[in-house]
Amino acid sequence: MKWDEFFVTGEPMIYAAMVSIVVVSLAIPIALTYFKKWNWLWTNWLTTVDHKKIGVMYVLAALLMLFRGGVDALLMRAQTAIPDNGLLDGQHYNEIFTTHGVIMILFMAMPFIIGLMNVVIPLQIGARDVAFPRLNAISFWLFFAGAMLFNISFVIGGSPDAGWSAYFPLASLEFSPTVGNNYYSLALQIAGIGTLLTGINFLVTILKMRAPGMTLMKMPMFTWSVLITNVIIVFAFPVLTVALALMTLDRQFGTQFFAMQSGGMDMLWANLFWVWGHPEVYIVILPAFGIYSEIISTFARKNLYGYKSMVVSMVAISLLSFVVWAHHFYTMGHGVMVNSVFSITTMAIAIPTGVKIFNWLFTLRKGKISFTTPMLYALAFIPIFTIGGVTGVMLAMASADYQYHNTMFLVAHFHYVLIPGTVFGVIAGFHYWFPKVFGFMLNEKLGKLSFWFIIISFNVTFFPLFILGLNGMTRRMYTYSESTGYGPLNMLSMVGAVGLAIGFIILVYNIYWSVRYSPRNIKGDPWDARSLEWSTHSPVPEYNFALIPTVNKLDAHWFAKKEGKSLTSGKYEPIHMPNNSGLPIIMGAAFFLWGFFMVFSWWIPAIILGVVILGTMAYRSFEKDHGHYISVEEIERTENALRGEQHEN
Amino acid sequence: MKKKWIALTLFSITAIFLAGCDNPLLIFDPKGPQARTLSSTILFSMAMMAGILFVVYVLYTVVLVKYRASKLNDDYEPPHEEGNKWLEIIWTAIPVILVVVLSFVTVSSTSTVEQKSVAYADQKPVVIYASSSNWKWHFSYPEEGIETVNYVNFPANRPIEFRLYSYGPITSFWIPQLAGQKYAMSDMVTKIHMSADVPGSFMGKNSNFSGKGFAQMEFEAQALSDADYKEWVADVKATAPKLTEDEFDNLLKAEQVGRKTYSSNHLEFRPAPEMDHGGHHHGGSTSTGDKDKGHEDMDMDMDHDAH
Repeated sequence: MKWDEFFVTGEPMIYAAMVSIVVVSLAIPIALTYFKKWNWLWTNWLTTVDHKKIGVMYVLAALLMLFRGGVDALLMRAQTAIPDNGLLDGQHYNEIFTTHGVIMILFMAMPFIIGLMNVVIPLQIGARDVAFPRLNAISFWLFFAGAMLFNISFVIGGSPDAGWSAYFPLASLEFSPTVGNNYYSLALQIAGIGTLLTGINFLVTILKMRAPGMTLMKMPMFTWSVLITNVIIVFAFPVLTVALALMTLDRQFGTQFFAMQSGGMDMLWANLFWVWGHPEVYIVILPAFGIYSEIISTFARKNLYGYKSMVVSMVAISLLSFVVWAHHFYTMGHGVMVNSVFSITTMAIAIPTGVKIFNWLFTLRKGKISFTTPMLYALAFIPIFTIGGVTGVMLAMASADYQYHNTMFLVAHFHYVLIPGTVFGVIAGFHYWFPKVFGFMLNEKLGKLSFWFIIISFNVTFFPLFILGLNGMTRRMYTYSESTGYGPLNMLSMVGAVGLAIGFIILVYNIYWSVRYSPRNIKGDPWDARSLEWSTHSPVPEYNFALIPTVNKLDAHWFAKKEGKSLTSGKYEPIHMPNNSGLPIIMGAAFFLWGFFMVFSWWIPAIILGVVILGTMAYRSFEKDHGHYISVEEIERTENALRGEQHEN
Repeated sequence: MKKKWIALTLFSITAIFLAGCDNPLLIFDPKGPQARTLSSTILFSMAMMAGILFVVYVLYTVVLVKYRASKLNDDYEPPHEEGNKWLEIIWTAIPVILVVVLSFVTVSSTSTVEQKSVAYADQKPVVIYASSSNWKWHFSYPEEGIETVNYVNFPANRPIEFRLYSYGPITSFWIPQLAGQKYAMSDMVTKIHMSADVPGSFMGKNSNFSGKGFAQMEFEAQALSDADYKEWVADVKATAPKLTEDEFDNLLKAEQVGRKTYSSNHLEFRPAPEMDHGGHHHGGSTSTGDKDKGHEDMDMDMDHDAH
């Protein structure tokens, strides 16, 4: 490593980014000192083990990453909007589409989903926290360390440039000699361990901590989707862990697992990557299905149609997700037999997915539909996602895929799946559960305005790509000549991308507006909803439920409201809660520094940091921490205040 | 609902595109039997998918129009519905049938395009080795003993068998109007079958991202009449220089070059990584070579371009 290669140089945009990074990283501590907020930040947020606050931090980080990934996307669309454009050079473009993919999937979709899981799941099952609150904080800080490590790559050392799937041998030291792909393997490794811990944590939480009476078949659909998602996480993420470890060994320790010589196999990487990568798609989409199920039944004022078949479909999808990975490389030259088997398993996923679509439609039928912002996203999801679904079936046909593979048709397809599926899902969930967490609603007018911008612009951006793909335009080309005729539709796509950006800016403005002006007098259940999280106050007190509710059927909260009954009985008792801890953030920082030194192969500091990490674990093993109790008087005071405040208004 | 109309309009626009007037999309403008099979497979699946979309969109429109709160009485209370066994069986069974149909189409079309077209079943295929290095394509003609770079000529109305491999990152060999694509990899040889029904020039490219010069990695595939092809081969043999090992090593090292023509090919001193030359065995290949034999000479070969 030469020092003049340490910082990325020669690009005005990079210099601008460096300046802004320095300004922001100076401004934050100065502001914190000036407003005397250090202590508040440390005790309330950085050391918290409260699932709601951890969830909020996940979502904030995800929104930040949405903007980073979104800027990447805008740059890509701007570069390809006109033929032979010189805005970006090939290398810069390659780095940008790589980071766009990695950030949007792993540092935007994942934390957004996990953030909503954190906020909602304990509330929805009537629990006071997750099973392992401290581990939950470690998960967050590992994710955050990974995300930050990945993001500094574009100013220090250079970003990865071999695509988000980092196929070998392109991602090997020989063809990608910068540290970019070291960042890839280490940042994803650190964040991935955090995700694996989340998977274990929520699996145990849902299986062991449900309110009395809530059997598995009485769980809300979002809880079901999260349970299944976490089973997939626990099975799929270890594959990524191993693949990334082999990648690090190949790139930095001279092994030959994926090399072209010495019996290494480049396609081994592709197989390992997609054995994790395809289930990963369902990890980000199943919870969104759960969110839509909650929202559709709430705003159709009707119970979810075909509950059992919804559960069975999700289980089927989760199993099938592990046996379809080779459809990502039909063109690798498998025989007809292998391609046929993977075609059929892939097409089979359409069956349970179709069942879900029809169940949602029949939930709406005979309902009483009100068009709130979260409901609008859920309703837009159905027709748009169906386009993504049917094009997925088309891509699943191995023979036809020989013509779609690596084209813009594929790019259009997975954006038609992931954006209405995951992105609309988490935005819908964000609007839906926002009042639960903060005690006030987001503005509906601004919400609907940004909805229309996003929905229309989405189609303008991505529909033209289907046509470009059928006309032979391949993905990841930083430029093309005018004679190809790809220009006009790419320009149209660019116009859509600008519209999407405006939609997201309105969304953020809506958060700002609502924080300042939105009325604070909402009750616990502003949407007149169905599941347990709406039976406690908004905002939710630290202990979630003063008394743990007892459940006897699905939508127990809804029926309790209708029958005028209460789900709780008995007297307040002291509530046992876990203590805050600074250890998770210290571990996160240690992992970040360890990863950074590893990226540059600076072994001595990396080993020292490795010892620090082990030290934090050892410290935890010998630490005596029995948590604390919230006294009955304090519970009464909090409950009266929350109730009193609502009565005054 | 506005968005539904947008979606419908967009789809009808595509339908018009596909109906293809003067300037059809590349995929729907096949010039050989393999590409034609794929084109009709794709159109068939599109028609089927349009049917599914139609059903979903009609249901969707009806429920949204009929059951919006603003149209219903204030005291309307939606019923409690657990589901309906028969309805759920129907919307599971119909997709199952559709998937079965599509599976048959997939298996039969995949096996059709993975072999010599029946139209030319009685002819011996012309074998051409296509290998990629950095951002260029090498075409070696074992029968004619010649080699070209970044363009390939072959006779029309004959089955052509391309054998693909790569000196570096995975690339994907694609001539959209003649056949679907296939990967070229460093440790095995893959095969792709195609024929051109008419003489003509076709765009060929690498469709799999392979680094810096990827966007420019195109080549011209030209189908010539039998007489023109023979004349071209004779001309190359008479006038083009020989491809020496040094020249080939320099070619491999170069990032991008223009068109080149040689009267000998690199297969003689640098054989393709086929089964008897140390390739890996992936499922489905019909060759039955000894898997590990010849790994050493493969390694030596690869060392040249590795450094």
